[in-house]
Amino acid sequence: MIFAKKILTTLLMIFGLNVSTASADESAELVVEGQPILTKTKAPSHMENIDEVRSGWTFRIKETQALQMDDFENPGMIFVDKGIDLWNKVEGSKNKSCASCHGDASEFKGLRTIMPKWNVSAGALWSMEDHVNNCRTEQMGAEPLKWGKAPMDSIVALIGLQSRGMTMSVKIDGDVQPMWELGKELFYTRVGQLDMSCANCHEDNYGVMIRADHLSQGQINGFPTYRLKNAKLNSIHARFKGCMKNIRATPYKVGGDEFRALELYVASRGNGLSAETPSVRN
Amino acid sequence: MAKGVKPRVKVPKQASVGEAITIKTLISHKMETGLRKDADGNKIPQSIIHRFTCDFNGNNVVDFDLKAGISVNPYFQFEAVVPESGEFKFTWYDDDGSVYEKTKKITVS
Amino acid sequence: MKISRRKVVVLGMSAVSASLLPLNLLAQADGQSAEDIVKEFTGGANIGSGDIMLTTPEIAENGNTVPISVESKKAIAIKILALGNPGPDVVTFKFGPLSATRSASTRIRLRKTQDVLAIAKLEDGSFIQDIQKVKVTIGGCGG
Repeated sequence: MIFAKKILTTLLMIFGLNVSTASADESAELVVEGQPILTKTKAPSHMENIDEVRSGWTFRIKETQALQMDDFENPGMIFVDKGIDLWNKVEGSKNKSCASCHGDASEFKGLRTIMPKWNVSAGALWSMEDHVNNCRTEQMGAEPLKWGKAPMDSIVALIGLQSRGMTMSVKIDGDVQPMWELGKELFYTRVGQLDMSCANCHEDNYGVMIRADHLSQGQINGFPTYRLKNAKLNSIHARFKGCMKNIRATPYKVGGDEFRALELYVASRGNGLSAETPSVRN
Repeated sequence: MAKGVKPRVKVPKQASVGEAITIKTLISHKMETGLRKDADGNKIPQSIIHRFTCDFNGNNVVDFDLKAGISVNPYFQFEAVVPESGEFKFTWYDDDGSVYEKTKKITVS
Repeated sequence: MKISRRKVVVLGMSAVSASLLPLNLLAQADGQSAEDIVKEFTGGANIGSGDIMLTTPEIAENGNTVPISVESKKAIAIKILALGNPGPDVVTFKFGPLSATRSASTRIRLRKTQDVLAIAKLEDGSFIQDIQKVKVTIGGCGG
C-alpha cells in the first residue's frame, strides 16, 4: 500500500499533473471575531526581491479562508482550549501551573509579535517553546515539553493567540544579527535531491500552482497553524521539517540552531503583517 | 473514554419565541475510519462518534447518524426554534461506549 | 491542444492508479454499496427533484475537511452519500419537532474527486435529491 502510494506520487510528479483551477480569493479581507487582520502590506525594507508581503491566508480558497474567520469554526481553537487546560494544570516538584505565576495567558499579549528574540540570560536566540520549557524546568520543576507535539503546540498557540491582530515586529539587528544572517543564508541555499531553496518556491514562485497547491510566501505569522492535511496544529519548525522532506533534503533538527535561525529570518519577512495565531491552512 | 475529547457548543444566550436560532457544535475526536493500518500492517479498528443529538427541554431538535466519512473533530451547524426558556442538551455517542454531554441555557422572551 | 493532452495524461493516470490500488481498498468498508444505502433509506421509492439544495465547494483544497451544507424545507431527514468513498454513507440528518429550517452543515471526508449526493425524505413520505461534484485536489508539497 505504502509502496503503491509512493509509485503513484512519483508518477504524479513525473507527469507534473496540473489541475490549476484554484479559486483563492486574493482580494478577500480577513476579519476574525470583528477584529481586522492585516494580510497584505509593504514588505519590510530588508527584503530585496518582494514588494508586498502576503499572509498565507490570501492564497487559500474561500472555504479554507472562512474557517479562520470564526473562532468557533476554527479547528485550531480546539487546541487552544487544550492549551488552556494545560496552562492551568499543576505539574512538577514545585506544584505549580503556568497560571500560578502568570494568571491567564493575556499577560503575554504582544509576545508573539517579537518572537524569536535574543534571551540575555541564556545568551541565545529563543523561540516561544524555549520560554515555555524554561518556565517548566526552572519555575515548575516539571519535565520540558517536546517541540512540535500537541501539548507544546497548544500552549504556544494559546500564548500566540493573545497577540492576534498585532503587528509582527521581530528584531533583526544587535545580538541576533548573526543568527538572522545565517537564517537568510539558509533561506537562499539550495539543498536536497531536488536542489531547491526556500526562495525557489516562496519567493520566486508564490502565487503559482505546484501541482494542485497554491504556493504561498511561506509566512509564519499565523503559526502554530491548523492544517486540514493533518488536522492538527503545526509548529514552525515542524513545517520547516516538512518542507525539507518535500524537497528530499535531510531536515535540520527541530529546535536546532539552523531552524532557530531560519525561524528568525522567515519571521522577519513577515514584519508588518498581523499575527494570526492560530491560522488555518490546507 | 477516548483521549482528548472535548465538546464545544455555541448557542445564543437569548432569543425571541419562534425565532430560528443557529447552533454550532464541535467535538474534538480523531474519527478513526477503520481503513488505516498501523506500522505493523494491522488494521486500526474504526472508532468514531456515531451519533449526535440535540434536545431542548426534552424535545428533539436534531438527531444525526454519523459514519466514518465525517471529518476529524466533527462539526455541525443547524437551526432550532425554542418555544420557551430552557436548556439545550447536546449528546455525542462514541463507538467505545462513551457518551459526552453538554448543556446550554437560553432565555426566550 | 493543451486540454486534449491533459485528458490523455489524466486518463493514463487513472488507469495506472486503478491498477496500483489494492483490491481491499476498492471494496466497501462496511460492505454496503451506495445503491444498497439509498435503497435502505428510501425503501426503493422513486427519487424526484425539488426543493433541496446541497452546497459544496467546487474544489476542495484538502479532502480531509470538505465543508458541505444542505437544506430542504419539508425534509424530515436528509442522507448524505459520498459516491466515491470506500464507505459512501456519510451522515443522516434527522430533524425533530424543534428544528427550524431543515438545514445542516458539516465537514466531510472525500477520498477523491467525486459526486456528493443528498437525498431528502419529506413530510409526505416522498424523496427528492440533489447532487454536486466536488473536485478534490492532490496537494503539491507532500500531498
